[in-house]
Amino acid sequence: MSLQITNLHATLEDGTEILKGVNLTIPKGEIHAIMGPNGSGKSTLSKVIAGHESYLVTSGSVTQDGEEILGKSIDERSRGGIFLAFQYPSEVPGVSNANFIRAALQARLPKGQDIDAVAYYKHLYAQMDLLEMDRKFTARAVNEGFSGGEKKRNEILQMIMLAPEYCILDETDSGLDIDALKIVAKGVNAMRSPDRGMLLITHYQRLLDYIKPDYVHVMAEGKIVRSGGPELALELEKDGYEFLKEPALA
Amino acid sequence: MPAVLEQTSSLLESAPETPAYLPAWFANRQQAAWQRFLTTPAPKRGDEIWRFSSIKQLDFSSFQKASASRVNELIKRSTGLASPAAKFIFVNDELVHAESNLPAGVTCLPLAEALVSHSDLVQTHFMKQTTRLGSAKFAALHEASLTNGLFVHVPDQIEVAGSIEVHHWIVGENTAIFPHTLIVTGTSAKVRVVDMFRSADETQPGLAIAINDLSVGKNSRLDYVAIQAFNEQTKVIQINETTAARDASATGFILNTGAQWARNESLSRLEGPGSRSNMLSVSIPSEHQEYDQRTFQHHVSEGAYSDLLYKNSLYDEARTIFSGLIFVDEAAHHTDAYQTCRNLLMSDTCESNSMPGLEINADQVKCSHGSTSSQVSDEEIFYLRARGIDSVNARQLIARGFSVDVVERIENDEVEALTLQFIDAKFAKIAQKSL
Repeated sequence: MSLQITNLHATLEDGTEILKGVNLTIPKGEIHAIMGPNGSGKSTLSKVIAGHESYLVTSGSVTQDGEEILGKSIDERSRGGIFLAFQYPSEVPGVSNANFIRAALQARLPKGQDIDAVAYYKHLYAQMDLLEMDRKFTARAVNEGFSGGEKKRNEILQMIMLAPEYCILDETDSGLDIDALKIVAKGVNAMRSPDRGMLLITHYQRLLDYIKPDYVHVMAEGKIVRSGGPELALELEKDGYEFLKEPALA
Repeated sequence: MPAVLEQTSSLLESAPETPAYLPAWFANRQQAAWQRFLTTPAPKRGDEIWRFSSIKQLDFSSFQKASASRVNELIKRSTGLASPAAKFIFVNDELVHAESNLPAGVTCLPLAEALVSHSDLVQTHFMKQTTRLGSAKFAALHEASLTNGLFVHVPDQIEVAGSIEVHHWIVGENTAIFPHTLIVTGTSAKVRVVDMFRSADETQPGLAIAINDLSVGKNSRLDYVAIQAFNEQTKVIQINETTAARDASATGFILNTGAQWARNESLSRLEGPGSRSNMLSVSIPSEHQEYDQRTFQHHVSEGAYSDLLYKNSLYDEARTIFSGLIFVDEAAHHTDAYQTCRNLLMSDTCESNSMPGLEINADQVKCSHGSTSSQVSDEEIFYLRARGIDSVNARQLIARGFSVDVVERIENDEVEALTLQFIDAKFAKIAQKSL
């Protein structure tokens, strides 16, 4: 049971190739981290897995527990258990956070079946408490006027509420102070499960002090160029990405 | 020359007769109005005040007045607030139902009755302002043709809890109605009125030329909500006139979901220092619907505040026209006036036209005006879809959210919920078609 990315190539609409043969397998129960310099294709990888329509997959496959997902729409993938925590979450004016999450949960139910509102709010409040989010966030419009840290916490809240099988967190730590980072990490760690795989995309080793990955990968120029254990992150923090300039690594 | 009219009963053919039991001043007003209707030139292409309008919509020759029918059915369908302070139902301008639980001292009567029982009071306030936003000819037709309406007078110090709910139905093919709402408050009074406009059938063409006149007394608060949800074969001219005295606060909210063509002309006169006017509107046209909105924020007095927010979500081939003017008189120093029109373009084939305007003749004023037209961004849609919400629902949620922040400015949960019911019904209809 895994999210398996095989020889994935993707281009922008203008034909520029961003992903140049990505291979990566995230089994359930494991946390993988991808690090890499700006422009290496990390965020693109997350969007392509989620189904963003600005990218064209030219070859390769992404399978979820053996089933190809590349032909599915964005929302089908989400309902099927893929979750992307956005680096820059959109604001949705006039739509309250509670109604937004409820609409997302409702979308997962068969036609004619409705969410039990009482149970829903009870569950929502419990998760908000975990993330130390004030109750007023249920009534506020999604991400509107939220600080950077509040937006990221809101992404984690949605992730917990939707209970996906595979979570991709795109630079969830960027722009967070240490207190906010700890809260976000607490939420992510609460989601760790043998039934769930996670991919953390980050610039900073600091995140990995709070969410321990099983594996660390380095992405550069549209490919995974190195993989290792958690110690690789420490090495990158110390030495940076200089090694990428060296000719062919073994 | 207009084509020969086949229907001898067309409302344009002969002067309406004022019933004998109504006061002479009113009969005279109706006769004069009819003459004014006949002599006022019809709007024509090239008139600035009708710029971008579909002038062809102004041929009303096929419409006539009709008596009420299907009364019991329409009374049943007149659902609204859970416990209104008063409830009136008009079918083709005939009062068919009235109930009231208003505080002592408040007058809330069908206009035909008030013209007899409160003749002087009605005369003082009835259609006092000159219609200046283009529809003078049709305001004259309204004045000449109206047979009923609602008259509300809230005296000094009386606050009406809850809302007065009024239903206006059009029934029958090519029926014309002339709804009239006249609300007058004394000093430090408070009242909220909700007008709902609907058609008995989905397919029969109708015409409504409606006027609401709001006279807000000193330190009073008057909230007025008009929900226009006629069928999509109906033509509408709706004229809103508000005058606000010293420290008075008026909120006018207009929802447009129905009609084939609707023209809204809204004028607020801020006559006293400290007076406030909120002019709000949400419109959701689809298919070939056209909404034509003309507004005027007239700052007569110094130290008054007006804030206009119009939001349109346009689908399919829909069109909107917004033309607004903030006008600050020479003496109206320290004016605070704002005007915003925002259009959300939900298709590539819809069309929004905006003409915001400002004329300032006083000193030390704070004014801003602006309009925007935008589409829902792909990134926003991606965000919602990445949470499992399909594309149709994602767009609906965004458009609904776009409208909600105007609705919330009604500042009454029950009326907001009622307004959202009509908004949701319209979105459901749009979604149905896009499936």
